[in-house]
Amino acid sequence: MKPKNVQNNQLLTVQEQYLRKHKNHHRQVAFLRIFLLGVFLLLWEVSADYRWIDSFFFSSPHRVVLCLIQLWTERSLPMHIGITLLETILSFLLVFVISLLFATLLWFSDKLSEILEPYLVLLNSLPKSALAPLFIVWLGTGINTIIIAGISVAVFGSIISFYTAFHQVDPEKEILIRTLGGDRRDIFFKVVLPGSVPTLLCTTKVNIGLSLVGVIIGEFLAAKRGLGYLIIYGSQVFQLDMVISSILLLCVIAMLLYLLTQSLEHYSKKHRN
Amino acid sequence: MGALIELKNIGYSYHSLSGETGAIKDISFSVEEGEFVALVGPSGCGKSTLLSIIAGLLAPEAGTIVVNNPDGSLHYPRIGYMLQHDHLFEWRTIYQNVTLGLEIHHALTPERIAHVEQLLSDYGLEKFKSKRPSELSGGMKQRAALIRTLALDPQLLLLDEPFSALDYQTRLMVSSDICQLIRKAGKTMIIVTHDLSEAISLADKVYVLSARPATIKAALPIQLTLQDSSPLAARNAPEFPYYFKQLWEELTDET
Repeated sequence: MKPKNVQNNQLLTVQEQYLRKHKNHHRQVAFLRIFLLGVFLLLWEVSADYRWIDSFFFSSPHRVVLCLIQLWTERSLPMHIGITLLETILSFLLVFVISLLFATLLWFSDKLSEILEPYLVLLNSLPKSALAPLFIVWLGTGINTIIIAGISVAVFGSIISFYTAFHQVDPEKEILIRTLGGDRRDIFFKVVLPGSVPTLLCTTKVNIGLSLVGVIIGEFLAAKRGLGYLIIYGSQVFQLDMVISSILLLCVIAMLLYLLTQSLEHYSKKHRN
Repeated sequence: MGALIELKNIGYSYHSLSGETGAIKDISFSVEEGEFVALVGPSGCGKSTLLSIIAGLLAPEAGTIVVNNPDGSLHYPRIGYMLQHDHLFEWRTIYQNVTLGLEIHHALTPERIAHVEQLLSDYGLEKFKSKRPSELSGGMKQRAALIRTLALDPQLLLLDEPFSALDYQTRLMVSSDICQLIRKAGKTMIIVTHDLSEAISLADKVYVLSARPATIKAALPIQLTLQDSSPLAARNAPEFPYYFKQLWEELTDET
């Protein structure tokens, strides 16, 4: 009786130790992450205060805060953030729909995909910022142009990834559907599409970042609103506080969008199992 | 005669830019209703091609397939095909997996569903209906795959090395288990295997195929004195070593 008990206790403590170690590791990582940010901000502030760097060019944390407050009250900052977010999310959703439809079409027609392959590769490797001036001439300087710019950056790569994902499905699973009497449509909807969900979500994670890139490029060239506009405007009037504040806001937005897609992925994983 | 399906001079070749490769050539045999036929042969000899042709997945380049339905109708027999892996979909529950064929045929009628439910409870899978495939053992997955095949009420079952993905011990149990279930269901079966013991213990008749392009080298009717016993016990039948030796000689005798 007694030896067994002792053994149990020991086992428990080893497991406990493992759990504690695991917890400690995570706590340390989280702490060091925040610590690094704190050190960076402190160093930035101190070096600006002691004039090691010129805060006119490099700004400083407290100037950023003041600038953000000023932008909020005088230049309707929420509107600019909202516009950029709206454009990013719209172009991201459109990228998803367009590439899903297009990749499906390509999957259904091997000939079409073979014909279009070099064009897709070419369009994907083309620097899309080169197209933005054309979009402005064709479509004017509105929200449409910027959404198109956002789409153009992500859509071709996304089509290629979706199509590749569709093709990586186990051919034996396709045979299974055929032995059960299914046609190509059944293969697509019963195997290919549900089997590709993890890759689709992964591509989606990349796409949301690319859409943001496209939207900012668009706003640089053709906007009167949005964070991209604030960056360009700030640099033209030499208000570098405004530029740096907007860039920091972009960092926060990119982070939030990433977290959004990640929770989407999490949700789908949970839902599947 | 009462042959359910009769193959006459079936031939098929694969084509590529570098030339033509004959897969099977001049194959003729027939399968009686309720009969278990095993096809054995060297690997890559075109056994699977032959099954695909019988299943109607490939059209033969030469020869014909004659069908004699017991009821005199002209339709091609309903075929059930079991592949090497169970290929149960992880994004579906076991129940959704076994009703996949019915879903494809838009045939989720109350009678069919009742049939599937009956099979699930007969094969001891009722408790696992809402589980995912990864939560089942290898043997249970094969049973689920069998139910998926039987749900469409096939007359002829084609098994393409269906147990080769399992480890040896599981394989012995599962192959014996599945084949007994198929016999009980009164189906006709053609099984492709490279395992001679499996062929002898499961089949009524074994056809030995030659290397590519495959032709039938020998037909060996199996008569074991342990009638009405499980395929696992069949391996202990006194005739078993004799059949094994004969098949082995046919296979290795490459003239």
